Amino acid sequence: MYSVLKRVIFFVLLIGLWELLFRLGIWPEYILPSPLSVCKTLVRGFQDQSLLIGVAISMKRIAIGYGISIGIGIFTGLLIGRFRIFEETLGSLISGLQTLPTICWLPLSLLWFGLNDRAIIFLVFMGAVLSIATGTDSGVKNVPPLYIRAAKTMGAKKWKLYLEVIIPAALPHIIIGMKQGWSFAWRSLMAGELLIVCLGLGHLLMIGRELNDMSQVIAVMLVIIIIGVLVDRLFFMKVERHIRERWGLTKA
Amino acid sequence: MSEGVGVDNLITLDRVTGDSELAASQVNSVRPNLCIQHVSKSFQSKNGSVYVLEDINLEIKQGEFVCLVGPSGCGKTTLMNIVAGLEKADSGEVWANGRKVNHAGPDRVVIFQEAALFPWLNVIKNVEFGLKLKGVSSRERRNIALEYLKMVHLTRFQNAHIHELSGGMKQRVAIARALAMNPEMLLMDEPFSALDAQTRWILHFELQNIWMKTKKTILFVTHNIREAVCLADRIFILSTSPGRIKKEFFVDLPRPRDDNDVSVAEYSTKIMKELKAEIDKVIKCEMDADSCVECDIKCTVVEPAKTDIGGGI
Repeated sequence: MYSVLKRVIFFVLLIGLWELLFRLGIWPEYILPSPLSVCKTLVRGFQDQSLLIGVAISMKRIAIGYGISIGIGIFTGLLIGRFRIFEETLGSLISGLQTLPTICWLPLSLLWFGLNDRAIIFLVFMGAVLSIATGTDSGVKNVPPLYIRAAKTMGAKKWKLYLEVIIPAALPHIIIGMKQGWSFAWRSLMAGELLIVCLGLGHLLMIGRELNDMSQVIAVMLVIIIIGVLVDRLFFMKVERHIRERWGLTKA
Repeated sequence: MSEGVGVDNLITLDRVTGDSELAASQVNSVRPNLCIQHVSKSFQSKNGSVYVLEDINLEIKQGEFVCLVGPSGCGKTTLMNIVAGLEKADSGEVWANGRKVNHAGPDRVVIFQEAALFPWLNVIKNVEFGLKLKGVSSRERRNIALEYLKMVHLTRFQNAHIHELSGGMKQRVAIARALAMNPEMLLMDEPFSALDAQTRWILHFELQNIWMKTKKTILFVTHNIREAVCLADRIFILSTSPGRIKKEFFVDLPRPRDDNDVSVAEYSTKIMKELKAEIDKVIKCEMDADSCVECDIKCTVVEPAKTDIGGGI
């Protein structure tokens, strides 16, 4: 409760400072808009649904790209974690690709898919898949062999062993990989949308720049921050806390 | 009685080698038990191969409670793993419940020294785990799980997380989880050795009660002679490097037995005396040899070597 109060006071002071700088009139409005005009732009954006549509389009892209990367990432992570041959081949490929910033895939993506949604979804996919794969890999390698032996004596075989034991046991690491993957995916989505003209939040940001409308630029930035924070708080933090409680890691 | 079983077994085994599928089902219906034949196992190390188990032969009747006792490093756990199907023997065969053991299976559930419960499941879901693998419906497996949780007196904790349980409780959940699968036999690999004396004492009672109720065949590995006398019908003493069955004891004391019973203590002392030579050998080896690998070589070679030198001088 006390910490919430401190946070509120901090942000009120910050906005106050912003308003003060605006009132001093050192910079023109297209460089530094007032908090109020940013707020108005936000409200207008939601009223005429341009912001809502932008959010919806961006979320659809990330949902598809991230969804595919979860599936493929976990699958390749399992292969690398369980089979020597895949670790030595696929594993080295993945650790090599990880050094490449995701946005470097953009030219390739444009040539393969053209100027459309699929190019951006590919960027999102490439952003997340490597982190998820390496997270799963380390999770699988850290599964205590005792769990696998115990499950085997109870009749767990083949895919059931993976589904009922290896994946659940590796879940804490998989979640860490997914969290990192999400933040990479979110970044590459925005980068892609800034560079490819096809709606979405990144595109709204670029429209703001083209119209010299600084309040729209800041409003869209705020929306991007808020979505990022919400996903982190509402999903990942909850899942992580749940796992920590369940596994008894809270007090450690 | 035991001779009869032995003969019976030989006959059934002859049949099995003839027509394994048919005979297996017959044997299973007649007399499910455990039969270990000429099992040997060695490990490769930098000094060559070391025999951990050498020509182990034993038979366990259905419903029997058998303990394997031996000093640490004598291959008890290896033998247990071979019976469980988690490891392969170099030579020899293991027959369990009329089938040749090739891999791990739910008819021989193992209870490990650490409970090996799954932290992502709560207590009752852990007990249900094996049943879920078998494809038992969710309501039925809940009922079965509750029944066995009741047997180990832990129904109160059915929704608890695993980390909230004490060591003894964890082992009881592990026992319930194994029993819920209704296996032909339980393989227990030093299940109580990580627990404190009091908890162990309680669990000795519980295990005896469960065994008397369910009449499961139990193969129990321990290094604690008192524990073995308290629990078993029959005790096999294993020797070290290479692991061989050194001696067999029958325990026919009334049940439930208590670790602290005078009769249990007396019997333990008797076995201890028999084991004394074996323990001395282990101590001597550990003091003589730097590594366990050279152990049996030195133990057998040292003495004649000395006399040779003496003769030379």
